[in-house]
Amino acid sequence: MKTTRRSLVMTGAALAFAAGLGMTALSAPAQAEYPEKPISYIIPFGPGGESDITARMQQPFFKDKFNQDLVISYKPGAGGAVGWSGLNSLKGDGYTMMGVNLPHIVLQPQQKDVGYKTDEITMLYWFHYTPDAIVVTDDSPFKTLQDLIKFAKENPGKMLFSGSGKGTAPHLAKVRFDKLAGVKTTYVPFKGTGASVAALMGKQVTAAMAFTTVAANYEKTRLLAVAMEKRHPRFPDVPTFKELGIDIVSGAYRGIAVPKSTPEPIRQKLTSMIKAVNEDPAFLKKMEEGGFAPVDYAYGKSADDFLSKFAEEVTAAAKEAGMLK
Amino acid sequence: MAGFEHLLTALTPLNLAFALFGVVAGTVIGAIPGLTATMSVAVLVPLTFAMPTSSALILMGAIYTGAIYGGAYSAILLNTPGTPSAIATTFDGYPLAKKGDGDYAITIACLASVIGGLVGAVALMTLAPPLSQVALAFGPVEYFWLAIFGLSLIAALSEGSLIKGVAGGALGLLLSCIGVAEVAGDVRMTFGSQTMLSGIQIVAALIGLFCIPVLIDLVAQPGHHLKVDSGSRGFRLGEAVRYLWGDKINAIRSAVIGTVVGILPGAGGSIASLVSYSEAQRTAKPGQTYGKGEPGGIIASESANNATVGGGFIPTLVLGIPGTPPDAVILGALLVQGVRTGPSLFANQGEIVYTFIWGLILATILMLPTGLLIGRYAYRTIITLPKALLVPAIAFMTIIGSYAIRNNISDVIIMIVLGAFGWIIGRFGFTASPIVLGLILGPIAESGFVQAWTIGRATENQMGMFFGRPISIAIIVFTLFTLLSPFVLARLKKIKDQAHAD
Repeated sequence: MKTTRRSLVMTGAALAFAAGLGMTALSAPAQAEYPEKPISYIIPFGPGGESDITARMQQPFFKDKFNQDLVISYKPGAGGAVGWSGLNSLKGDGYTMMGVNLPHIVLQPQQKDVGYKTDEITMLYWFHYTPDAIVVTDDSPFKTLQDLIKFAKENPGKMLFSGSGKGTAPHLAKVRFDKLAGVKTTYVPFKGTGASVAALMGKQVTAAMAFTTVAANYEKTRLLAVAMEKRHPRFPDVPTFKELGIDIVSGAYRGIAVPKSTPEPIRQKLTSMIKAVNEDPAFLKKMEEGGFAPVDYAYGKSADDFLSKFAEEVTAAAKEAGMLK
Repeated sequence: MAGFEHLLTALTPLNLAFALFGVVAGTVIGAIPGLTATMSVAVLVPLTFAMPTSSALILMGAIYTGAIYGGAYSAILLNTPGTPSAIATTFDGYPLAKKGDGDYAITIACLASVIGGLVGAVALMTLAPPLSQVALAFGPVEYFWLAIFGLSLIAALSEGSLIKGVAGGALGLLLSCIGVAEVAGDVRMTFGSQTMLSGIQIVAALIGLFCIPVLIDLVAQPGHHLKVDSGSRGFRLGEAVRYLWGDKINAIRSAVIGTVVGILPGAGGSIASLVSYSEAQRTAKPGQTYGKGEPGGIIASESANNATVGGGFIPTLVLGIPGTPPDAVILGALLVQGVRTGPSLFANQGEIVYTFIWGLILATILMLPTGLLIGRYAYRTIITLPKALLVPAIAFMTIIGSYAIRNNISDVIIMIVLGAFGWIIGRFGFTASPIVLGLILGPIAESGFVQAWTIGRATENQMGMFFGRPISIAIIVFTLFTLLSPFVLARLKKIKDQAHAD
């Protein structure tokens, strides 16, 4: 009984917190006890990737706030599509949720029949993104982005970018960079960000089109520009692409979705809980140190508007890259 | 030795308990096909949040090293590698077990694993920063040639018919293309099926191709699964130590190969054990019959795969680039704990690093008594269990194992279909190893080729890219040597014999 009472208190606290933040407060008493058992958090990728690490970081904060465990499991395959195509057949009782990634869920259904459509996924919350960034080694002759652009202009096609996969955030960022900077570069896809950074550090390529998180995690690397609206607080000296006249704000976004059958009150409640974790100052500090950039697009209009704008941009870039017809 | 003062920190009762628990749990998990080192480490991650960083690392390192060793049990007793790293252990382990020497094979595997593990860990402790550069020296084209070298082992593995071996390897390569391509992202050979999008999972294929035929034969043939000798013979430790001493060059060479291959982020335990197996076979002494129950084959495979544990930690801790899949999980756990890996980790947080490495060494040493005990128990269980219990128990494990790998029921179906297929073609003399080799090496060769081709075209130096880099040339020479030396030697012998006859 002790745990039930405790979770009641915690739920109350969470409700007050959510109300205080101006979220839609809940009134349904039937859900007052939710969550009364651990919540299963499915990552549609293998363990050890950035999506997994993010979930691992959320785990202790969730437990702290709501006194329930997040139980992380993995359902990898086909770049996440195996997990997402099975999402709506899972039980929608609020005890199952799944990590969701952009641009994956926008591009995959347009490229082929992957068993789900973008709008069939019930998004609760987009919590952060890893902004695209151009990364070089610390001993690279390129000190600024202009140096790199100058080299690329003088040597068309010879400037080599490593990046994680094709039709991915880095690949699309490279396509947009080429167009906006007026250069022609070569993109070499690798399996995952780690492998693309290894290729950079081994001097197999001139630069990596990767993420801000890379500079936070790897010594001996340097950022030339980040694809954000404002500079990243962890890297105050690194300019944004925008400052340099190249209008790219992009990256790999992460969020959480639930099965379609999840009832409305629980959707709202769970959204407020994830949001509460994402806004915890200690959590934010961890995210900032790791190079992530928090966002706040919550269930409803906010998330819908964000997704449709994002989908429009990324679809255009993918067409340009020849990934979509 | 560097960081000797941290040995005492590693020796706390808590850390010792973690090392012991980790090794025991890892050995048991690794013995079950499908439950891999990666998964067992991932399951532990939440438990490590509340622990001091070095203790958490010791626990994860111990379970990892235990799991790599545990894979040898099912390889020897069931002809089914418990983890992909143990593929080469089946080549001689199972024939030995068939002859009634399963207990001896397990003891040999245990000793070799301890030696390999220690060599890897010592390299990690003493040479990590310089050795980590090996990981960076390997570019796409080197991985391509390494995969080609791996494929050349098919020639060595396919006793009897080279054509059948090559056909099996080609089939494996084709199977590896199914689904979403690893780097280019295009979809191939799914025939419109969503199930096929996720491709053929290597471990599921491994379980199907190796284990299902064993199961069918168990049911189809009368008599015991393995030959049983009467009476207890203990661990046969003395016999095993004597053999190992006679074959010490093989053990050390394999451990060194394992360490170096472990450092390469794109390779791993399966390639390490295959490469050192082929080296052991190539340098075989007269009278050694590799592939027919030669203990040296087990030594090569097991020494190499356990050396990849220490080797894999080298790029993980020095560069932040995981050397093997379990390392990626451990790296993630470190990031959550707020530990940033990198060159300065050894200098600034030496306490954590060296305590961990000593813990890993302790865990590896603990593997000797625990491995011998668990191995004896596993052997006894397999030989004494009546078939009516053994077959359903193994069948159950194959299903659980192939499901657990990705929590996906289609992997179970693929496992069973491939298993039945493997049994049928087995009747015609095709073996599973070349198929699996193709499946493992296909994506590595393809990614490396695509990347090297892209870079070569951009820099307008295609020939130089593929044939002009020193490491590549060395691997090519090695490949040719492995492929051609049997023919050349046979030819020389013939000439010599003729000369004698004259």
